[in-house]
Amino acid sequence: MPNPILEVRDLRVEFPTRRGTLVALDSVSFAIQPGEVLGVVGESGAGKSMTGAAIIGLLEPPGRIAGGQILLEGRRIDNLRYEQMRRIRGREIGAIFQDPLTTLNPLYTVGDQLAETMLTHLPIRPAEAKRRAIEWLELVGIPAAAQRVDSYPHEFSGGMRQRVVIALALCAEPKLIVADEPTTALDVSIQAQIIALLKRLAREKGTAMMLVTHDMGVIAETADRVAVMYAGRIAEIGPVRDVVKAPRHPYTAGLMASIPPLDRRVERLAQIDGAMPRLSAIPQGCAYHPRCPKVFSRCAVDRPELMDAGTTDAACWLHYKSPAHA
Amino acid sequence: MPDAAVFVEAQDLVRHFDVSRPILQRLAVREGKRILRAVDGISFTIPKGTTLSLVGESGCGKSTVARMMVGLYGTTSGHVLFDGRDLKQARAASDQRRRLQMIFQDPYASLNPRWRVADIVAEPIRAFGLAQGRDAVLARVAELLTQVGLSPLDGQKFPHEFSGGQRQRISIARALSSNPEFLVCDEPTSALDVSVQAQILNLMKDLQRRLGLTYLFISHNLAVVRQVSDRIGVMYLGRLVELAPAETLFTIPRHPYTRALMEAIPDLEMTGRTRIPVGGEVPSPITPPPGCAFHPRCPLANDRCRRERPELLAAEATMVACHAVQEGRAG
Ligand SMILES: Nc1ncnc2c1ncn2[C@@H]1O[C@H](COP(=O)(O)OP(=O)(O)OP(=O)(O)O)[C@@H](O)[C@H]1O
Ligand SMILES: Nc1ncnc2c1ncn2[C@@H]1O[C@H](COP(=O)(O)OP(=O)(O)OP(=O)(O)O)[C@@H](O)[C@H]1O
Ligand code: SF4
Ligand code: SF4
Ligand SMILES: [Mg+2]
Ligand SMILES: [Mg+2]
Repeated sequence: MPNPILEVRDLRVEFPTRRGTLVALDSVSFAIQPGEVLGVVGESGAGKSMTGAAIIGLLEPPGRIAGGQILLEGRRIDNLRYEQMRRIRGREIGAIFQDPLTTLNPLYTVGDQLAETMLTHLPIRPAEAKRRAIEWLELVGIPAAAQRVDSYPHEFSGGMRQRVVIALALCAEPKLIVADEPTTALDVSIQAQIIALLKRLAREKGTAMMLVTHDMGVIAETADRVAVMYAGRIAEIGPVRDVVKAPRHPYTAGLMASIPPLDRRVERLAQIDGAMPRLSAIPQGCAYHPRCPKVFSRCAVDRPELMDAGTTDAACWLHYKSPAHA
Repeated sequence: MPDAAVFVEAQDLVRHFDVSRPILQRLAVREGKRILRAVDGISFTIPKGTTLSLVGESGCGKSTVARMMVGLYGTTSGHVLFDGRDLKQARAASDQRRRLQMIFQDPYASLNPRWRVADIVAEPIRAFGLAQGRDAVLARVAELLTQVGLSPLDGQKFPHEFSGGQRQRISIARALSSNPEFLVCDEPTSALDVSVQAQILNLMKDLQRRLGLTYLFISHNLAVVRQVSDRIGVMYLGRLVELAPAETLFTIPRHPYTRALMEAIPDLEMTGRTRIPVGGEVPSPITPPPGCAFHPRCPLANDRCRRERPELLAAEATMVACHAVQEGRAG
């Protein structure tokens, strides 16, 4: 197997607060190979964006990496200084944030922002950068790109802004793309176009991608493997087909059952009752046990780590095989 | 035709934006004014206690319609009627403002970062005097936070301490806090995981059944749209091209654009079917194509389509703006 582009080992992120330390991420480990798309799904608040922020070195203080390592092509990047990390961001790691407005500067036109990014990271001249800026706007499906390259962000619709953010992340041709909800504001047709573009980059340039999204249709189409997060940990990770079609973790099963059907209308959608625990009150044992339909005695006492669950790895005691039998 | 059941009505709404370059630049390159027709003549009614959804390509004008429906944008021409009154009059009276609320596409922009969540949610309750006394207000806030899947204890935190989907839920709780009768929901669940999304959609349906809420709903997720809508309007470049009962739209889509949209839905079954994006260029709302705006991308376009703009006309239970459908050559 080739060396992974990204490797995350035992990542732990903490938020010190007056009332004690909150653990936002705990024992998070995964790797992404060249050309591979890792989908990341899970409950809102589970720590998906936090994982992305830790990788690109933009954890919001007082949040901090309290343990583990992050490696980009074998080099540690979790302990770099801000300036060093800033150079890696944009050039080697492209980031698409969940909130397009925070990425775009309201005072500059979208064309200037694209050109500026390329001039910072690529050996090209201003005229070339301007030409490529229009090209990128076309690639992400902005109509009349040549006319609208001089628009300001507020003159674009929500989905158009999101596409500008995607173009910004891709235009310096990074090795790793961390994409947080890149297609939520997009209609299905533009979404198909963006996904085709991302897949082409992965295939042709070997770009690795971490794709955070709630849209299971997008996951099914784009991801090679999927990680499911719950309360700051990975609950299950495996090949996309197995995780979506035959989940081994009860939380994943509940999540998949909640997808609204497209082919008919139902009176009431399936939902997982209850709410995810707050960071300050994560239950002992398995964090999912108060909501789990399969809970048994051990679940409330011991915390399960990821273990072999056949087709996938799942952090669930249902799949525990005592060493004597293994 | 006055209809007693109609609660909200859009009458020929038009909204233009001036997107000209600064005057000096314009003079330098001898360029005229540029007017963007974000919404170009849209009419619909929403009966009380029902849900109308708007779908269509990014940039087709959905959010602009949404903002006009609650009075956040003025209209270039046309009117919004709310419970039989012009919206401008209705909004002038503060007891009326309570009755309409909006959940924004962008929850970050709509929450005051310096306020604690409990104060954000309590503000409409206090402003409209919907609960008397501190304890009653706090109890109502706690109830709302629980309903959207947050904890009452979360009220003490600030918006930046929450994830994207959690902030979305705060803005839903805030919108519900004034007991609105008409709620405009612009992509209310797109930041939520499917389980929380199901929880919120179930809550919206419950409120509708119990209290008769009326919704204008916007989403790109057609599976979600199918679950919540009574009727669906399909927009293309600032106009409605099809308006139909929800089930009819999904079982017999009539407009060529609606059909193309259905083809582009992502495939969860992993059958390997490649999605067919709607072909051709997305046209510019600054210089829309003449005739039917969809003609450069339409497989059924002919000369008439390039010349003459089709009107939205009834075809059985559906309203469709398409010459081919009206001529009976749409198949
Ligand atoms: N500045 C902060 N202070 C304290 N807690 C925070 C802060 N920022 C985020 N959190 C908490 O960290 C957890 C993880 O947040 P994160 O944004 O990673 O969630 P997410 O999985 O991306 O969710 P979503 O799908 O809603 O975007 C959440 O429970 C959130 O409340
Ligand atoms: N304040 C503004 N100034 C100039 N143009 C605007 C303004 N607001 C919207 N527009 C333009 O109006 C058109 C419609 O925008 P709108 O936000 O209504 O689209 P939308 O259908 O909601 O799209 P999306 O699905 O991407 O949110 C777009 O071309 C947009 O660029
Ligand atoms: S460990 Fe127990 S509580 Fe946790 S998911 Fe598995 S069965 Fe459910
Ligand atoms: S009017 Fe003509 S161009 Fe427009 S959708 Fe119908 S057939 Fe196509
Ligand atoms: Mg997030
Ligand atoms: Mg919008």
